[in-house]
Amino acid sequence: MMAAALRGSLVTLAKGLSGARLQPLCARSLSLTSSQNVSESPPARADSTFKVTMVPGDGVGPELMTAVKEVFKAADVPVEFEEFHLSEVQNMASEEKLDEVLSSMKNNRVAIKGKIHTPMEYKGELASYEMRLRRKLDLFANVVHVNSLPGYSTRHNNLDLVIIREQTEGEYSSLEHESVSGVVECLKIITREKSRRIAKFAFDYATKKGRSKVTAVHKANIMKLGDGLFLQSCAEVAELYPKIKYENIIIDNCCMQLVQNPYQFDVLVMPNLYGNIIDNLAAGLVGGAGVVPGESYSAEYAVFETGARHPFAQAVGRNIANPTAMLLSASNMLRHLNLEYHSNMVSEAVKKVIKQGKVRTSDLGGYASCDEFTRAVISNLAV
Amino acid sequence: MSGNAWRSTLIKLLERCGVRINDASRTTEVSRVMGAIKTQSPQPRTFSRGIQTVTLIPGDGIGPEISTAVMKIFEAAKAPIQWEEKNVTAIKGPGGRWMIPPEAKESMDKHKIGLKGPLKTPIAAGHPSMNLLLRKTFDLYANVRPCVSIEGYKTPYTDVDLVTIRENTEGEYSGIEHVIVDGVVQSIKLITEDASRRIAEYAFEYARNNQRTSVTAVHKANIMRMSDGLFLRKCREVAENFKDVKFTEMYLDTVCLNMVQDPSQFDVLVMPNLYGDILSDLCAGLIGGLGVTPSGNIGANGVAIFESVHGTAPDIAGKDLANPTALLLSAVMMLRHMGLHGYAKKIETACFDTIRDKKVLTKDLGGNSKCSEFTADICRRVQDMD
Repeated sequence: MMAAALRGSLVTLAKGLSGARLQPLCARSLSLTSSQNVSESPPARADSTFKVTMVPGDGVGPELMTAVKEVFKAADVPVEFEEFHLSEVQNMASEEKLDEVLSSMKNNRVAIKGKIHTPMEYKGELASYEMRLRRKLDLFANVVHVNSLPGYSTRHNNLDLVIIREQTEGEYSSLEHESVSGVVECLKIITREKSRRIAKFAFDYATKKGRSKVTAVHKANIMKLGDGLFLQSCAEVAELYPKIKYENIIIDNCCMQLVQNPYQFDVLVMPNLYGNIIDNLAAGLVGGAGVVPGESYSAEYAVFETGARHPFAQAVGRNIANPTAMLLSASNMLRHLNLEYHSNMVSEAVKKVIKQGKVRTSDLGGYASCDEFTRAVISNLAV
Repeated sequence: MSGNAWRSTLIKLLERCGVRINDASRTTEVSRVMGAIKTQSPQPRTFSRGIQTVTLIPGDGIGPEISTAVMKIFEAAKAPIQWEEKNVTAIKGPGGRWMIPPEAKESMDKHKIGLKGPLKTPIAAGHPSMNLLLRKTFDLYANVRPCVSIEGYKTPYTDVDLVTIRENTEGEYSGIEHVIVDGVVQSIKLITEDASRRIAEYAFEYARNNQRTSVTAVHKANIMRMSDGLFLRKCREVAENFKDVKFTEMYLDTVCLNMVQDPSQFDVLVMPNLYGDILSDLCAGLIGGLGVTPSGNIGANGVAIFESVHGTAPDIAGKDLANPTALLLSAVMMLRHMGLHGYAKKIETACFDTIRDKKVLTKDLGGNSKCSEFTADICRRVQDMD
């Protein structure tokens, strides 16, 4: 009797184990056959490589991508990049290029990209390539991880915020017209469906990562209908998650509180323009655009990039950019692909270099070049 | 008088003075004289003689206490200011439109300068916020907020010295919203040439009059290419006429990023409504919050209303616990606007010395004293300075 019960429990245990292993595999977009031969014992080395779309973008994008490729090669990461050079300012933009990138994305489902710069002058189309890419792939959620780096102190230390921003509508709808000469109208669109979707994403994210509070940022006292709708959608979704605390705060008060006492926030969710402002503000709190990773999600795709998206054109060719943000984002990408071992290897190496403080790029107060920092990371990889 | 009447009068006057004007240069000479008479060069008005009357709006909550404190300090400094207290509660005028009481409007139009305490906006009163009403009545197009780090009130940011100038009438706060279909809302952001030009001109003049070196236009013209593009174009055009002030332009997200890392790189910032709202509150947070930040609203026709931007704090109203610093610094801004720089410097130094000393601070600044003690200390310092 005992033996049968024991056997039964062993069988269910085995089922549970293999089931747990199969589930994340289904979420990935690679051939299932070869990876089912992965052995139980860590470190798990996949036998096939993942294909990831890479769009270096403008400014220091290509330099940062080189850093990522070098680190991946040194760490022997089973990822193969498909590169596409799409750029609005360098005359490498065309509809065919955009379509190529989109079809590659549809195959690979995961991408890593730099910032595609949006010039101020426009030729006919009001939406930039970056906006169009986002809309076509429906990358509605942008998540920026604002974490203080151990070993680098700023005015506010030990910060741990997550900023979730709706990326497809709001003020960036690119709907502008000159109704009378000298008077320009710009439309800001807020829909209930997209507001509910981003709110649900925020609460799901908070639940999955074990966060305790979600704060909605808005300006509903002035834009009563627009932001009022956003706020109402957030409140409706909040009722479905009783374990997570829900608050709301007005954008100007939020900015003020972030510089005086940022520890009161946990997860922040907001529409497009406010997201842009708060992303950059929070990035500045922990050390600037060079240290904050971010990603964009849609229902089917994930795009990894830096948190504060600036092309940093003044640094092109001078080898001074800080690859930390891109390397941390690449590490997040590896975690998304379930290559936990390699993901930890890369992020530990980066954090170790920053903590030691000997090799630092100029934005963190050091004198190292981008290459030197990358080499330091490579030498710290615990292979 | 019409143009021609002016011209012939001038010619006769000049001939009487003995200036011979021959036909060829007649029109150009006379036009030049006319231009000189008609141009109003924007100079800060000096009131070296005589007492200037200022309309005082105490406001609600802690408003009356802090207004009394400011009046006491001005009396101690012997500043040539006479206060005329007025109340602004919205009344329904003829035609059903809400407006401020006519006596208040007349008083402001006559004296041109006002000082306002915090006003509360009742939620279900049916009328728009009082601040909005005042803004529309006097066409207050520019909101100016100088943010200077206060020595003695410690914040993580110690070297802030910038001014945010925000366009206050249009932009994202035009209030034009529609529900297109159920579940889709459209909000309209309006940018006009005139308003952009006006605010840019004010920003450059302010920079010139206050010895500021550079003006930075803050925008998002890479995303909102037509609307912010128009704002930026107007700023660039106006910058051509003010070659002595450096003009730069920066994206809003870059400004936010750099502001929290190194605020000392910014001087005067000019921007449309929404960005101004956010950035001015961000800068107020850098120096210590709304309780110590002054603010001024400049309108067309020379009207200027200086105010404290914090709330009415109904929980401490009447208990002598309020901090009058914000209203006091706004009053100092008012003195500078009127050209009374000596008195402004005296009162400001007294206020900063009191805060630096840390002996009589109100609760929000970290101390335990009452409002009256704080005020008395400043009055004593001002009198000692004479």
